[in-house]
Amino acid sequence: MLNYTFHWRPALNALPDMLSGALVSLQIAVLSMVIGVVFAVFLALGRQSSNKLFYGFSTGWVELARNTPALFQVYMTYFGLGSFGIQLDSYVALLAGIAFNNAGYLAETFRGGLRAIPHTQTRAARSLGMSAPQAFRLIVLPQMFRIVFYPMSNQMVWALLMTSLGVTVGLNTDLTGVTQDLNVRTFRTFEYFALAAVIYYLLAKLITLSSRLFAWRLFRY
Amino acid sequence: MIELKDVRKSFGSLEVLKGVTLTVQKGEVLSVIGGSGSGKSTMLMCINGLEPIQGGQILVDGIDVHARGTDLNKLRQRIGIVFQQWNAFPHLTVLENVMLAPRKVLGKSKREAEEIAVRQLTHVGLGEKLKVYPSKLSGGQQQRMAIARALAMQPDYMLFDEVTSALDPQLVGEVLDTLKMLSEEGMTMILVTHEIRFARDVSDRVAFFHKGLIHEIGAPEQVIGNPQKPETIEFLKSVL
Repeated sequence: MLNYTFHWRPALNALPDMLSGALVSLQIAVLSMVIGVVFAVFLALGRQSSNKLFYGFSTGWVELARNTPALFQVYMTYFGLGSFGIQLDSYVALLAGIAFNNAGYLAETFRGGLRAIPHTQTRAARSLGMSAPQAFRLIVLPQMFRIVFYPMSNQMVWALLMTSLGVTVGLNTDLTGVTQDLNVRTFRTFEYFALAAVIYYLLAKLITLSSRLFAWRLFRY
Repeated sequence: MIELKDVRKSFGSLEVLKGVTLTVQKGEVLSVIGGSGSGKSTMLMCINGLEPIQGGQILVDGIDVHARGTDLNKLRQRIGIVFQQWNAFPHLTVLENVMLAPRKVLGKSKREAEEIAVRQLTHVGLGEKLKVYPSKLSGGQQQRMAIARALAMQPDYMLFDEVTSALDPQLVGEVLDTLKMLSEEGMTMILVTHEIRFARDVSDRVAFFHKGLIHEIGAPEQVIGNPQKPETIEFLKSVL
């Protein structure tokens, strides 16, 4: 019945290449999170802002990021911007696309987190002479990050898995890109992609576990 | 000196302060008593500019709190306030709670700020709790921490907004003792309180608030001991 002979050895031989590809994937995921978190804080503020322009901009971003496929978002940063003469290379386009997606999702998570912090915290901070930005940075933000930490680590896993979209915009240095190159050369599709899946799985687990460890060290109150 | 001149304050169409005039001298302890919703707490929020006012004027050492150009952050460094809900910063230890504003607002070095914080916390009897997070403290301890936090800014004035109202009865005493200690040290204080006996004990003057106005004001022996206005008599009868 089974008309296919497994050849694991060549796949395992390619493991070092795939692992260095995994490192690139992880790098893109981490960078896209850092950028995403920074933008998400501003978007979350924008969603509560009474400034119409700021509110509209943030809402538009969040709506697009959450209600369109991630693939579409990566296409837009690569081919979309390309047709306006802004040609990003594959790596940057993928990073921008995922960061855009992260920011949109995280913004809503952050907004929920901000709402969970009583207004009296800000009031107490202001009563001690802190400026509004100081109160936000020193009192509100640290508490928000604790509230949103687990949803945030979820998004980090999601960001890692989204890096596999790079192959659609010509990236061949990340895990999926490396695997795809091996695949077209050898047609050992199952072996290579199964191995890639295992690596993705382990990386995702690593992210979840390390974020738990991180939280345990960080939030002792 | 804190001066209120015909201060009016509304929340929407509800007028909470209807022309309050009051002067508190340096070193004086003024207790403010009165029923819920009479405007006592709101008055405190207006004094340090946490709430805007709709009419009149509030001067703190001659500085118009609600004037356009007033630097409220600067002004608030000199006016400490402690709230009914103590509002501890839960993500910081007791020591960090008290150190934060001296460091970030007054620009003190870490060592200086720590010195101030340790001194103030020891002063209110929390010298053993420096490294603890507020969630591990009782309400009374958290409230004393909030007092130390305000004192660490070395304010000229302290405002207390019903600081014992949210505490379990057995914890009220420790906070009142702290307030009493401060009054004996000569701190200028405005004390919104429901603890009538305590007010009588520590205050230089007592003001009775009724429907957004100061209805009766004077020495505690007079306002609490021998009230003249029927509303004051009525109120005291209901709480004593």
